[in-house]
Amino acid sequence: MLWVVPPLAVLALTFLYPLTLVVRQADGYGEVFRQASFRDALWNTVVIAVGATAGALLLGFVLALVIAFVPFPGAKSLSRFIDIFLAFPSFLITLALLFVYGSRGMANGLWTDVTGNGTGPFDFLHTPWGVLLAEVTYFTPLVMRPLLAAFSQVETAQMEAAASLGARAPRIVRQVILPEALPALAAGGSLVLVMCLNEFGIVLFTGAKGVTTLPTLIYGKAILDGDYTGACVVAVVNVLLSAALYGLYRLLVARVTKGGARRAGA
Amino acid sequence: MLVHSRWARRAVQAVFFLLFLPVFALPFLVVLAASFATDWSGALPSGLTVTHYQDIAQGDSLTALTTSLVTALAASLIALAVGTWAALAAERLPRRVRRVVDALFMLPVAVPSVVVGLSLLVAFSEPPLLLNGTREIVVIAHTVLVTAFAHQSVTAALTRLDPAYEQSAASLGARPSYVLWRVKLPLLLPSLTAAAGLCFALSMGELSATMMLYPPDWLPLPVKIFGTTDRGALFAGAALAVVLMVATLAVLLGVSRIRTRASYR
Repeated sequence: MLWVVPPLAVLALTFLYPLTLVVRQADGYGEVFRQASFRDALWNTVVIAVGATAGALLLGFVLALVIAFVPFPGAKSLSRFIDIFLAFPSFLITLALLFVYGSRGMANGLWTDVTGNGTGPFDFLHTPWGVLLAEVTYFTPLVMRPLLAAFSQVETAQMEAAASLGARAPRIVRQVILPEALPALAAGGSLVLVMCLNEFGIVLFTGAKGVTTLPTLIYGKAILDGDYTGACVVAVVNVLLSAALYGLYRLLVARVTKGGARRAGA
Repeated sequence: MLVHSRWARRAVQAVFFLLFLPVFALPFLVVLAASFATDWSGALPSGLTVTHYQDIAQGDSLTALTTSLVTALAASLIALAVGTWAALAAERLPRRVRRVVDALFMLPVAVPSVVVGLSLLVAFSEPPLLLNGTREIVVIAHTVLVTAFAHQSVTAALTRLDPAYEQSAASLGARPSYVLWRVKLPLLLPSLTAAAGLCFALSMGELSATMMLYPPDWLPLPVKIFGTTDRGALFAGAALAVVLMVATLAVLLGVSRIRTRASYR
């Protein structure tokens, strides 16, 4: 029983105690809430996170569907590649997008080569759309992993039966595969939502003055303005927002695993 | 098999690659290509050069790389020790208490990394624990952030472990410490090395908390990459990013070799 005390003490000193200090130092909520910069950041954070989650769910579902049910040689090493993808930092994606869609980049370069115009049409990287695209790219693997696990549990016999009864592929996806995948979609989606709410590197590297989210606002207030108290207020809001959603995620995961155990036991 | 006709299967796979390649493969390819270029105003980069890499080999980028490697090594070793200890100790606790301990150790994942950085800044900026502006505070931040992953994977490995091994060792008279060192930890070794690799990779790429905390004399590679690209040197930044990716991949590969060697034992 006592053995758990030393690691807990380390956690308490380096994480829990500092976090309580942040809550205690946060003061003047009303003043911060009235600032337009705060409201903009809150709005941006939520809208980008929800949009990126929806995009990642859609893209992840389609890609995982093909890997699982329309397999091709090399599909397995692709899922290996996805794991490596997640080991890299998120800001690499924004850096890469600069070379694809930036003012000096592949897409605009291709455009000017073909049309002979001086500048290309792609100029969205420094807007919320650039952040959205980077987040969808980076977080889609987080959706695919639980989905691939769920898809491996789908009974092929069920699909064969549906097919032999005349159901075409879209209908099988809708009525056989999708119900099985819903818990995994919910779990992956809420994890992505939390990660998007907390994302910092992508937004920072986008370098957009117009796109501030709660994490970059915390950084700006604390480091650039030296306003620790205001930064703590924004931090409390951000933590509450993500913690609530993370709690939801754990709840869904617990339900998914319970459901899996029940099915295995039946 | 969802799609039966060969033609339709080809079509589906074509769509798959149309989505997969631009989204997942292209980012790495363009960064790699850009790192060897000086300009990108056409469809392909131009001005082939290796000067960015030569600059890295001479300048303070090398210091940034070592800084990152040392930080990641220290953070992942401490995280592995704390996370494994907590997972092993929590296993013996009553179910309800164990839930709470597990949740506490997973909490840093849900908290934004920027806030983790801010909280350390707030807590350790005044005596008795004045760590603000030291290298240690960067290592502490990385450790806090990656311990959750170490703890999670060791906990998962413990639940998969066959209890018959430790039970038979104990029934033959082995003391708990002996069982731990000679039975449990060797059986856990594959998961431990995998967890160490994950922690190392995450720490190598950590930017958010580091941006809040780094002192001028302890500047990890991601911060250097941000500084370089922020002042407009995109192509030099791409070369630094390639160095970061290669270093991370090399460590992950080395760790996975340990894993396979251990599993044959």
